[in-house]
Amino acid sequence: MNYTAIVDQPDESHHPTSFMAKYIWSQDHKVIAIQYSITALFVGLVALALSAMMRLQLGFPDSFSFIDPSSYLQFVTMHGMIMVIYLLTALLLGGFGNYLIPLMVGARDMVFPYLNMLSYWTYLLSVIVLLASFFVPGGPTGAGWTLYPPQTILPGTPGNDGGIILMLVSLAIFIVAFTMGGLNYVTTILQARARGMTLMRMPLTIWGIFTATILGLLAFPALLVSAIMMMLDKLVGTSFFMPAILSLGEPLNYTGGSPVLFQHLFWFFGHPEVYIVALPAFGMVSDVIATHARKNIFGYRMMVWAIVAIGGLSFVVWAHHMYVSGMNPYFGFFFATTTLIIAIPTALKVYNWSLTLWRGNIHMTVPMMFAIGFIFTFTHGGLTGLFLGNVVVDLPLSDTYFVVAHFHMVMGVSPIMVLFAAIYHWFPKVTGRFLHTGLGKFHFWMTFVGTYSIYLPMHYLGFLGVPRRYFAMGPTEFIPESAQSLNASITISALIVGVVQLIFLFNIIWSTFKGKKSGPNPWNATTLEWQTEYTPPRHGNWGGKIPVVYRWAYDYSVPGVKADFIPQNVSPQEVEMMDDKGGA
Amino acid sequence: MNFFSSIFRELTEKPWLAQSAETLDQELIEYQPGSPGKTGLKFFIAVVSVIFFLFSVTYLSRSQYADFQALGGEPWSPLYQPLWLWANTGWLLLASLSLHFAVGQVSEDKLNRLLGLLTLSVIFSLLFIFGQWVVWQQLSQQGFVINSNPANSYFYMLTAIHGLHLLGGLFALVRVLIIFSRKVKLDILQRSLVLCAWYWHYLWLLWLFIFALLTASPSTYNTIAAWCGL
Ligand code: HEM
Ligand SMILES: [Cu+2]
Repeated sequence: MNYTAIVDQPDESHHPTSFMAKYIWSQDHKVIAIQYSITALFVGLVALALSAMMRLQLGFPDSFSFIDPSSYLQFVTMHGMIMVIYLLTALLLGGFGNYLIPLMVGARDMVFPYLNMLSYWTYLLSVIVLLASFFVPGGPTGAGWTLYPPQTILPGTPGNDGGIILMLVSLAIFIVAFTMGGLNYVTTILQARARGMTLMRMPLTIWGIFTATILGLLAFPALLVSAIMMMLDKLVGTSFFMPAILSLGEPLNYTGGSPVLFQHLFWFFGHPEVYIVALPAFGMVSDVIATHARKNIFGYRMMVWAIVAIGGLSFVVWAHHMYVSGMNPYFGFFFATTTLIIAIPTALKVYNWSLTLWRGNIHMTVPMMFAIGFIFTFTHGGLTGLFLGNVVVDLPLSDTYFVVAHFHMVMGVSPIMVLFAAIYHWFPKVTGRFLHTGLGKFHFWMTFVGTYSIYLPMHYLGFLGVPRRYFAMGPTEFIPESAQSLNASITISALIVGVVQLIFLFNIIWSTFKGKKSGPNPWNATTLEWQTEYTPPRHGNWGGKIPVVYRWAYDYSVPGVKADFIPQNVSPQEVEMMDDKGGA
Repeated sequence: MNFFSSIFRELTEKPWLAQSAETLDQELIEYQPGSPGKTGLKFFIAVVSVIFFLFSVTYLSRSQYADFQALGGEPWSPLYQPLWLWANTGWLLLASLSLHFAVGQVSEDKLNRLLGLLTLSVIFSLLFIFGQWVVWQQLSQQGFVINSNPANSYFYMLTAIHGLHLLGGLFALVRVLIIFSRKVKLDILQRSLVLCAWYWHYLWLLWLFIFALLTASPSTYNTIAAWCGL
C-alpha cells in the first residue's frame, strides 16, 4: 500500500541557496507563511498584554499607577484593533492561507510569488507603524477600535494627533498588503489547481479561505475609503465626516459633515470582517473534525453553499451595529431580518459539525479537543448574537459588557480555538515534529475553562448595565457592590489564561527542536499537503511531479477499503480493498 | 449565461460518488492550466472599482447636505466648461490607444514601432497627470481649495487617487520593460502588455465616470441621490 505514490526525481534546480534568499527575501509561500505567523503572534502577544492591563484596572481599580483613564482607553483601542486585524486576519489568511493554499490545491507555489513577498513586507511595515504610535507624543489613539468621528480626532480623546494619524496610515498600509496577498490567494485557487482538483473536490479549508479572501477584497476598500477621508478631515480640514462643532468652547472650521456616514462605511467593512476571520476558521475546523473523527464531513455540499451564502449575506447586515445611531425603524427592521437570516446557514454548519462527530471514530487528539471546544464557544457566541440582532433587545444591551461577552465568544475565543486546533494539527507538516501532547492538553483545558470563566460572568455584568469602555464604574447606584468581586474574579481568570499562552509558546519553541518526530502523515489525512515527498515540504512542494487528484478530500472509513482513509491522489486502481477472508 | 451555468454545474457536483474511470480520464484531458495574470487583474480591477463606488456613494450622500456646492453645472461654477479636463480625457485616451496598438506590434521585426508606441503611451500618460495638476492650480488660484467646500474636497481627493493608480500602472509598465530588456521572451512580453492595455482602458473609463460625477449639476446628482433613497 503506497499512499505517497508520487515519488519522482526531485527537481532541485531552482532552489534558493543563500540564507538571505531562503529565509528573509523569500518568495516561497511556506517561508512567507511562517514570517506572517511569527509577526502576527508577536503583535498578538502585545494585544494580550494590553488586555491584562485593562483587566488589572477593572479587577483592582486604582491599585496601579501606570493605568490612568486615558491609557485605559488607549489599551482598549489598540487591543481591539490588533486582535481583529493584525493578529486574526493576518494569521488566518497571511499565515494559514499562504501555507495551505498551494499545498492543498496541489500547486508549486502562489501564482505571483514576488507579490506575495511584497505582501509580507508591507504587512510588517504596517505593524511597525502601528507600534510606533506607542512612542509618539500623546501616545496611541484611544478612540475605540471603531474610530468613530468626531471624537476620534478632537482634543479630549487620547492620541488625537500622532496616534490617530499613525493608526490610519497603518491601516491603509495593511490594506495594501492584504490586497497583494488576497489577489494571490484567489488567483492561485482559481488558476493553479492540480489536475483533477475540481472546485467540489477542494477541502473546506480552501473554500473558507477563498470566500473570506473575496470578502476581504471587497470589504477592506470601505475601511480604506473611510481612513482616507478621516485623514483628510484631520490633516487638511475637509468636512467629510466632521459636523459643524464646538470644541473646548471654540467653534471649529468644520462645516456640516456626517459622522453617521463614517459608521456606515466602517461597518460595511466591519461586519464582513467578522466573517473574514470566521470563514477560514469554519473551513479549517471542518477538516480537523473530519480527520480526527475518521468520517467524511457531513453534508459537504451544504457546507460549501453555506460558506458562500454566509459570505454574500454578510454584506447586507452591517447596520445591526448601528441600532442606537438613530436610524429609521424600517431600516432597523430590515437589518434585524437579514441578521436572523444569516443565522440559518451558520446554524447549519454547527449541525453538520456535530453530525460529523456522531458515531465517528473520534480520536481525542489535541487538535480535536480544540475543535470540539470551538463548537461550544461558537454556538454560545452565536446564540447571544441572535439576541443582539433584534433591535429591542440590542437597545438596552448596546455598549454594555453583554456585547463585550458576545463578540469575544464569537470572534475572539472561537477563531482562536480554531487557530490552536490548526496549529496543533499542521505543526507536524511545518516542522516534521509533534507539539508536546501533555502540554497541549493542559493548554486546552486551561484555555477552554479559563475563557468561560472570563466571559460567562460578563454576560451577567452586561445585564446589570455595566458599560463597555469604562475605566471605572464609579459610584453607580444600579450596579451592586458584588459586581466588583465578579470583576476581580474575571481578572484572575484572565491573568491565568494569559500565562497559559506562554506555556503554549514554550511548547512551540521546544517542539520545533525537540518534539517527537511525526513522519509525513501522522493523522492519516487525505488532503494533498500530507502527501508531499518531504516533510517539511521543500521549495516547489512536489519534487518532480505535481500530484493528480482522483477524489474528494473526505474519503475516510470508506466501506470495503482496507485502510480507513484514501488520499486524494490515489487512483481507483491503487486502492486496496479488504480481502474477504480476513475481514475487519 | 454559459459562465453561470458552468459554475452551477460545478457547485452541484456530488464529489462523494465514486467516479468511473472514463469520467476521470475525461477530466484529465480537459484540464487546462489557467492564466493567472488575467484573473489577478480582473480581481484588482474589481477592488479598485469598489473603492471608487464607495467614494461615489459617500459623494451622493454628502451632496445632500446644505453646505455642498457643486463644481459644475451652472454657468458661474468653475468647472462649467472644463476645457482642460476634456483635454486630459483626450491624453488618457491616446495613452490607452497607443498601448492597445503596441500589443499588436510584439514581434521581432517590429520592435522599433513597439518601442515608439510604448514611449508615446508613457508620454501621454504623463501629460494627463500634468494636465490634472494644472487644473488643481487653476482651481486653487480661484480660491477653490481642498477644504473650502466638500465638493472641492472630493475633486482633489478623487483625482489624486485616480492619478496614483495611473502612476502605479506606469511603474508596472516600466518594470515589464526592464525585465524584457534583460531576457527577451516575446510571448511573455505580449501577455504583460495585454494586461497593461486592459488596465489603461479601465483607468480611462474610470476617469470618465469620475469626470461625470465631479462635474454633475445639482439637479443630476440630486435626482440620483433621490433614486438611491439618500
Ligand atoms: C484573554 C484574552 C482577552 C481578554 C482578557 C480580553 C479583554 C478585553 C477587555 C477587558 C476589553 C475592554 C472592554 C471595555 O472596557 O470596553 C476588550 C475589548 C475588545 N477585545 Fe478583547 N480580550 C481578549 C481577547 C480578544 C480577542 C482574541 C479578540 C479578537 C477578536 C478581542 C477583541 C476585542 C475587541 C474588538 C474589543 C473592543 C475594543 C473597543 O471597544 O474598541 N479580544 N477585550
Ligand atoms: Cu455584524
